[in-house]
Amino acid sequence: MTAELVSPLAAWTSRLPSTVSERPFLSQLTVRSSDTAAMGSVLGVAFPSRPCTFTEGSGRFGDVSVLWLGPDEYLVVAEPGLQVPIEEGLRACKGSVVDTSAQRTTLVLEGPHVRDVLAHGCSVDLHPAAAPVGTCVQTLLARTGIILQVTGADTFTLLVRSSFAEYLAAWLCDASVEYGLLGETPVTGRPQGHR
Amino acid sequence: MQLIPCPWCGPREEAEFHYGGQAHVAYPSDPSALSDEEWAQYVFFRDNPSGPFAERWSHSAGCRRWFNAVRDTRTHDLLAVYRVGEPMPEVAS
Amino acid sequence: MNFRTPTGGTIDRNTLLHFTFNGEGFTGHSGDTLASALLAHGVHEIGSSVKFGRPRGIVAAGSEDPTSLVQIETPFPEPMLLATTVELYEGLEARGLAGQGRLASISDPARYDAKHEHCDVLVVGAGPAGLVAALTAARSGARVVLVDEQNQAGGALLGVDEYLDDRPSASWVADIVAELKSTPGVLVLERTTAFGMYQDGFVLALQKRTDHLGFAAPASVARQRVWRIRTKQTVLTTGAHERPVVFPDNDRPGIMLASAARTFLHRYGVLVGSRAVVFTTNDSAYCAAINLAESGVDVPLIVDARPEAPARLATECAARGIEVRAGQVVTGTEGEGRVTGVHVAGATVACDTLLVSGGWNPVVSLFSQARGKLRYDAELGAFVPGEELGSVRVAGSATGELDLASCVRQGREAGSAAVVAAGFSSRGQVPLPVSDSRCTSRSGLVLWRVPGDEDTSFVDLQRDATVSDVLRATGAGLRSLEHIKRYTTIGTAHDQGKTSGMIAAGIVAEALGVEPADQRPTTFRPPYTSVSFAALAGRDRGALHDPVRVTAIHPWHVAHGALFENVGQWKRPWYYPQPGEDLHTAVLRECRAARSGVAMMDGSTLGKIDVQGSDAGKFLDMLYTNMMSTLKVGRIRYGVMCGVDGMVIDDGTVIRVGEERYLVTTTTGNAAKILDWMEEWLQTEWPHLDVHCTSVTDHWATIPLVGPKSRDVLAAVAPDLDVSNEAFEFMTWRDTQVAGVPARVCRISFSGELAYEINVTAWHGLAVWETLMAAGAPFGITPYGTETMHVLRAEKGYPIIGQETDATVTPHDLGMSWAVSKKKPDFIGKRSFARAENQRADRKQLVGLLPVDPSVLLPEGAQIISSDHLPEPPVRMLGHVTSSYPSAALGRTFALALVRSGHSRIGETLYVPVSDALVPVTVTDSVLYDKEGTRRDG
Repeated sequence: MTAELVSPLAAWTSRLPSTVSERPFLSQLTVRSSDTAAMGSVLGVAFPSRPCTFTEGSGRFGDVSVLWLGPDEYLVVAEPGLQVPIEEGLRACKGSVVDTSAQRTTLVLEGPHVRDVLAHGCSVDLHPAAAPVGTCVQTLLARTGIILQVTGADTFTLLVRSSFAEYLAAWLCDASVEYGLLGETPVTGRPQGHR
Repeated sequence: MQLIPCPWCGPREEAEFHYGGQAHVAYPSDPSALSDEEWAQYVFFRDNPSGPFAERWSHSAGCRRWFNAVRDTRTHDLLAVYRVGEPMPEVAS
Repeated sequence: MNFRTPTGGTIDRNTLLHFTFNGEGFTGHSGDTLASALLAHGVHEIGSSVKFGRPRGIVAAGSEDPTSLVQIETPFPEPMLLATTVELYEGLEARGLAGQGRLASISDPARYDAKHEHCDVLVVGAGPAGLVAALTAARSGARVVLVDEQNQAGGALLGVDEYLDDRPSASWVADIVAELKSTPGVLVLERTTAFGMYQDGFVLALQKRTDHLGFAAPASVARQRVWRIRTKQTVLTTGAHERPVVFPDNDRPGIMLASAARTFLHRYGVLVGSRAVVFTTNDSAYCAAINLAESGVDVPLIVDARPEAPARLATECAARGIEVRAGQVVTGTEGEGRVTGVHVAGATVACDTLLVSGGWNPVVSLFSQARGKLRYDAELGAFVPGEELGSVRVAGSATGELDLASCVRQGREAGSAAVVAAGFSSRGQVPLPVSDSRCTSRSGLVLWRVPGDEDTSFVDLQRDATVSDVLRATGAGLRSLEHIKRYTTIGTAHDQGKTSGMIAAGIVAEALGVEPADQRPTTFRPPYTSVSFAALAGRDRGALHDPVRVTAIHPWHVAHGALFENVGQWKRPWYYPQPGEDLHTAVLRECRAARSGVAMMDGSTLGKIDVQGSDAGKFLDMLYTNMMSTLKVGRIRYGVMCGVDGMVIDDGTVIRVGEERYLVTTTTGNAAKILDWMEEWLQTEWPHLDVHCTSVTDHWATIPLVGPKSRDVLAAVAPDLDVSNEAFEFMTWRDTQVAGVPARVCRISFSGELAYEINVTAWHGLAVWETLMAAGAPFGITPYGTETMHVLRAEKGYPIIGQETDATVTPHDLGMSWAVSKKKPDFIGKRSFARAENQRADRKQLVGLLPVDPSVLLPEGAQIISSDHLPEPPVRMLGHVTSSYPSAALGRTFALALVRSGHSRIGETLYVPVSDALVPVTVTDSVLYDKEGTRRDG
């Protein structure tokens, strides 16, 4: 018997705005190290050298992104199912590694209104001049913390704590209402049990 | 909504930060050597100046790093920010 | 009567809009405000005053109006709006108010939202100075935001008939707006009021986006939006408000500001009366008189308080049959409702309208909010910006300058300086327009009031505050304008004293015999104009008000009828009622299952922190009261954390994953706080330690499996695991497969029963839960919620941090001296345990309470006393009940309590006042069930 995987937003697939999609089950490892060169060569991608940026590359674990989370703190993101070999690979280097793959889920946002939608809840300036492709900030979106990556001209990736994912999904649906990205009445959250 | 310049992430809204009280109050190297009064000074007493005040802040919704800031308590203006371990910069009061 | 001019104004005369006012039907045009549409029908009386019930009309044409308060009934009831700022729409129903409104009793269905915007230069006010400033900045390539509260740009130009560069001013305005809107990086926001200015270039502005559409407003478009603008540089071109002069009976409908009459004429094509007298202290009202006379209004008289009338304007007036009397004042008015006559020099002049001008007040609210100091300008009789602010510039009539040529020049200079300060180079010079205006008005007389009946000389028409009120305040010894403001309430109404504040200051100065310059003006505070709570709340309401955190297993709980409890932001199953069950019966059933069969709960909300590094043990030794560095890999220890004051802040288990790796758990509500606490010590005190802390709370789903049959259930789903007591001891953990997925199983218990805690990734949580339910079915496995968890742990005397503790409780007070290391030289809180206060014998300590009557359930929070009758107050309280439950295992009720010297009172009878009765209780040890711990191993 093998239990099936359920992503935090499994129930939202058909309810999200047309420009938003979940990328579930990505391999994610939180890495703390002051010597990132060795880790970079294991992954085949140089670690970000500047705060609030991310890098991408490809190596023996396929396409890998490394997100700057803090001085000496990074999030390594790869395709699903690679968290165990990556952790083993990085353990050889100086520093600490934690599998945080299920800690957050990933949302991809795209389209011409993506900055408008985010501007309803994000206080960071996302104008291309201020946040070019390659930007990666941890900040608040509405009332939850996010990691935000600028991955393309009009494409953003959001990482959100799994327990906050449904709130964020509901918020994104609501913020998209004016831009005609939802086919139906906005969903403002799941029905709640009550005490 | 005031901006607080995180030494790592740059200016962010104050909602992303936690306040940590007065800076440069070191944990005593040997608490057991202190009198009750000396220990109470460490635990309970802090300065409350009108003017520049060195305090600790944490960019809790961002890079999770603690840093120090000199804030003018009369205006809330942040006169300087600096990393933990660095000396308090000179500021015009 | 029809007071609409045949032509003119910016209204759309081809669109006829129907509306009602106080139940009576009217028509107006697209482009009208409610005020202009009513005035077009000769309706001046809008409502009555808040205190005296005196009829009140329309004083101004915009947001500074103090009197035209209405309630809108459709499409949604909204109180306290100004008729002068409500744009007319088809089907509008409005009522005049008696000074205060009525809140809707139903929820507002409209959307309200917020949006962040960033710019290099923000320009507030799209009058001539603001337009030039914005265009100057925009042409330099800067990101520019221009906000204006009106539905069209132009500012003061909307209320006059001036030509700029030999063309109607509207054409000049339209060209600039068109260029701004077509320039990339420029955002022009109409119907948008910058209402608050804060530090670091933060400006809040309210945009009324669909109010003017009435019933046609699309439901999907936010009705109002709060713009959260962050700007590098700001140019305030907020203009000036005309102020009146105070005289007896100055509050009748039909008495209005001269500039308002001009605006109603030129912008809306409305004549404010048939016969208008003008009372002025300056030149600008002459233009109003001339404009009205040229439009067919009978203007018999201008009363000019100055000793001499301006010669050129007086000549122009004479040519139009307008008499000008200099050196005189209006001493009173008469009329039932609307004004029918004014008193001048002992005679009554019949009229239906009195236009008043007492000069101009620069709008300095935002400048003052930005901490700009104000300076009194004696020539203007007004406060003006009194200093330069780094990133905030003021231009146009907001500086006190009233000449258009100077205003636009200031606008260009401010726009250029702002854009340079923002890091751009100013490109070229925006050409400045030349006006044909006949009116300038620097040559005014400062006149606050005309002596006369002080009880009917109104200073603040909205608050019904009179000269008498001001003099009563100064007579009582008040000198500060802030104090007098609060004593008289002047300036505290919805209009925030836009037309009354300066006059009040002037009258106070006169009464005290000082100069206004010697007084400190009252502080301007946000909001500049009223903002509804709905707009401030935005989308943060209903389900989006606060994030609801849910676990991976949440859908199962919902599907199986759980009722939920809020724990921090988490939704946790509280209990799972079966048909016919209430809380009490459901919890007794769930408890019985845990103690006699098998039960399980969703414990995923527990905080989990991965602690790694060569100094991890050393670090945890400092954080916990007990020793963690000696814990062997594979084993688990319960730990208590204290603050430096020695008081318990959290507890949880610590499992040693490897030589340099631990996983610690925190209470559900404290997860973020404890991670912050760890980082604080690591980063600020012990940066030399090689330790890294990472939250893995959401990564793991955690399922406590509890009860004598839990071993059987675990064995069924974890075939690789030797679940025997010998192979898998209490307080150890194993990595294995549960339901076919990698799992970490911990043998820990928060109930005293044989129990396991199964941890799998959150992705697997739901499936593993369902597998456990299926595997446990033969044993009658029962899901339980937080209430049952609380009862089970309380029976064992285990405290809940935050319920048994309140930041004044030490581990010793909880009876947990066993968890406080005596070997460690130091840990956080240790030194405080030795303080005299912590050594007192009468500290409150955790005990059990058994009501003598085993069916009595004590209320949590109830106080505890020692005497069997209620003595005279003050009654000495010994402590309070912290937890109280009926117990299936004990067959009776029980409670936990913090009681003074509780540990030495075991066996005593104490009393708990409940309603009018004193309930006798027996003090016991806090462990009430299985004190010997025999059930732990199954």
